[in-house]
Amino acid sequence: MLEKAYQTISFDSKKCNGCNKCVEACAIVKSNSSDLVHSRIQILKDDQTGEYKTILCRQCADPQCVKTCPAKALSKNEETGVVEWDSTKCVGCLLCTLACPYAGISFNIKTNEVMKCDLCGGDPECVKACEPRALKFRNEATLYNKYGELEDLYVSGLSACLGCNAELLIRHTLRYLGPETVVATPPGCIGGVGGVGVNGKTGTKVPSFFPLLTNIASMLAGARRYYNRIGRDVTMLALAGDGGTVDVGFQSLSGAAERNEQMIYICIDNEGYMNTGVQRSGSTPYGSWTTTTPVGTVLRGKSSDAKPLPMIMIMHNCQYVATATMAYLDDYYRKLEKAYQASKKGMAYLHIFSPCQTGWRFPPNTLIEVERKAVETNMFPLWEYSHEKRSLRFTYPVDNPLPVYEYLKLVGKYKHLDEAQINHIQETTNNNIELLHKYIREDGVQSDQARTGDRELVSNY
Amino acid sequence: MINAETKYLIIGGSHAGLSAAEAIRQYDYDGKISIVNKEDLLPYSPTVLPYIISDKVTIDQVCLRNTDYFKRNNIDYKTNKQVQELDIDKNLLTMKDGEEVKYNKLLIASGASPSAPPIEGLSDVPYHVLRTFDDARKIKEAMSSVQSCIVLGAGLIGLHAAENMVKAGINVTIIEKLEQVLPGYFDNQAAGIIQTVMEESGVRLITRKSVVKVSYTNSKYTLFLDDGSEVQTELLIVATGVKTCLDFCQNSSLETQDGILVNDLMRTNVDNIWAAGDVAQAKDFFGQEKVLNGILPDAVEQGYIAGMSMSEDPAINPYLGGIAMNTYTFFGNRSFTVGLSNPPVNDNQYQIDILYSPASLRFQKFIFYKDKIVGCSAINIEIDPGIIRQIIKRQIELGQTKRKFVSYPQETGRILMSNLWQ
Repeated sequence: MLEKAYQTISFDSKKCNGCNKCVEACAIVKSNSSDLVHSRIQILKDDQTGEYKTILCRQCADPQCVKTCPAKALSKNEETGVVEWDSTKCVGCLLCTLACPYAGISFNIKTNEVMKCDLCGGDPECVKACEPRALKFRNEATLYNKYGELEDLYVSGLSACLGCNAELLIRHTLRYLGPETVVATPPGCIGGVGGVGVNGKTGTKVPSFFPLLTNIASMLAGARRYYNRIGRDVTMLALAGDGGTVDVGFQSLSGAAERNEQMIYICIDNEGYMNTGVQRSGSTPYGSWTTTTPVGTVLRGKSSDAKPLPMIMIMHNCQYVATATMAYLDDYYRKLEKAYQASKKGMAYLHIFSPCQTGWRFPPNTLIEVERKAVETNMFPLWEYSHEKRSLRFTYPVDNPLPVYEYLKLVGKYKHLDEAQINHIQETTNNNIELLHKYIREDGVQSDQARTGDRELVSNY
Repeated sequence: MINAETKYLIIGGSHAGLSAAEAIRQYDYDGKISIVNKEDLLPYSPTVLPYIISDKVTIDQVCLRNTDYFKRNNIDYKTNKQVQELDIDKNLLTMKDGEEVKYNKLLIASGASPSAPPIEGLSDVPYHVLRTFDDARKIKEAMSSVQSCIVLGAGLIGLHAAENMVKAGINVTIIEKLEQVLPGYFDNQAAGIIQTVMEESGVRLITRKSVVKVSYTNSKYTLFLDDGSEVQTELLIVATGVKTCLDFCQNSSLETQDGILVNDLMRTNVDNIWAAGDVAQAKDFFGQEKVLNGILPDAVEQGYIAGMSMSEDPAINPYLGGIAMNTYTFFGNRSFTVGLSNPPVNDNQYQIDILYSPASLRFQKFIFYKDKIVGCSAINIEIDPGIIRQIIKRQIELGQTKRKFVSYPQETGRILMSNLWQ
């Protein structure tokens, strides 16, 4: 039984320059010759993307080669995690090469035997030979810490509520975007917790300021135009609530989008004006309790559907529009990267589903589950729209969405809903998904699909 | 009569049965698993028998699971247990030695055993087959005192046996009733290359002939062929095919044809009975009918699915269908085949790309259906069989890369799988 994280070789293709020194090093240590055919690692260039790929045994947790070998020549070492090949038992049937989907074990035409990476007993030569440090030898558990290694550009000690999603969002966002960023934080929770500054000290290591709730996008547009004029490429970032985006700041956002101003505009949608006491906004969904859409004998929460702002932003010809939520962090980072690239050309808009445990009434430790259920019921579908491709793509398609009740029951602001209201919400949800499908162009370039493996994978191998 | 009860009962301790036990344990930590094996040995693969004959490995070395494994995983592995009768209504399996085992769920992974071709007199003569360790031991023993051998059947077992004979200095002749070696796996061009190697290595090959009668006197066999000719030999190995081991199911309500019929989760028509491996007749990847697919990697996959289904593991994915595949190494050459070896007749939506170089013993054939690979076979080519198998299974549309693929299959395939592995 596998109980711990193993040491592994990681490969960052962005750092690889194709020098092949890793390949040479492996060949030398494994065969005492510089004939590259003996190398257990291969570096190949994908002509379509220009990226380098590494062909190497993945030391799988569930190795198919081990399951297939009829001679028990392959086994998974539970101490080191290495899939070991015993040449004294190998009969040369090559069934392992038929089992491995990655060419991790392959036939060596000079030795007439199979060969595979064995991590050089714990000190891999390829890693040592890699000058640009594309190859690293590290613990598997740290692979997912890549975000943690980036510098947090917000100060510690922000006074956000216990379990605040927005704090999670803003820290990750600024970690990724880095110091060449200007942040516009309108009145709202983020400013309220000290995100811009407090007591005369700044809350960030980058310039950040309070625009008005009504002119976030136009202020950023102006700042960017000035930086452009003096020849500096600085990212403009808006961290705005739904109130400032969907309601009172909409006109300036709409104008900035139409003018294709260069910025990343992130709408942190907690479905209401939370900082000022949980009032409804145009983004508050039907049926929600808020202080301005109370629940009594006549009124049963908000009586109108939310304004579907992400869809509206598609119609604004933005360079890039996407929806995201923290429960799908890898998805968010990918979209943040695209937004960053798009912001060099014009408007990039990200709409983040950001549940507020204080305003919505749910236990803070269920935040991620609330987000997950919102996605799995299709109440908050994850998609992206690129102006270049003129097409929408679901980045996390949900084949069998759960009934909306599975989400609604987790959130206190919906606890008064009756059956008719829940049906209404289900209908609106279904309708929204259908509408989103209309933005998918059949002939749209879906090249990402094959590369990220949307196609169903066979897992029993 | 000893009575025993178990939650999961698995008939057969080879690849499918072991794979199922592993899958069950991954999800059900406690449920009692019992495996009954008709042989008196720890599990091993019939695939390695030719290498045991040639002394490349010993039976102990190639043990697939040892007693420590069974103990750690709380699996009751019983040997010397041949099945006598299956009582589906009572959930009871009776062994030939009288033991009765009651089960909640049953997996039949009893495999297949050599079938006897319709040759007059065959049942009266002592002949060899090669399916179990005991068969291998007997062949090895016999080899020490003979100088000639005839192998009936040019399938994988027959060819491996012939290679064993050549390497031991024994004159060997293969008699095959079809027109080529390895029919069903390779097309006739590829088979031709393999035949050339076999013959140049000293194997005599007779194709398109059947044996109609055999007799045995003074330790010599006389085989009478259908063209009227006769051949003699001191050692006779019959490797003309296998039949599924399901006699104990014949009087039951289990639906069978050539094998035990199963659905995409390896379940039979009986709710608590599954079948996997060589004995199972399951969905074909390419066609509509259910087929037998006696291939090691397939047995592992089917067994795993059966185990997941039996333990109600929610992560189960259904069986996508059997794909013919194999690797075959012979006299220092290597070959493999995955998928179709020939396109269906009268269907011109299939494209074929062939590289045929008999002088250098190289062969590469791709069969495309629209933009997808549906078959690939190669001899002595630098290519990754496992990647080709994935491309076929995942029905990947090659589009632009098709042309590059046939020219540089290894590189193109590796880049493709590197992109797809997430």
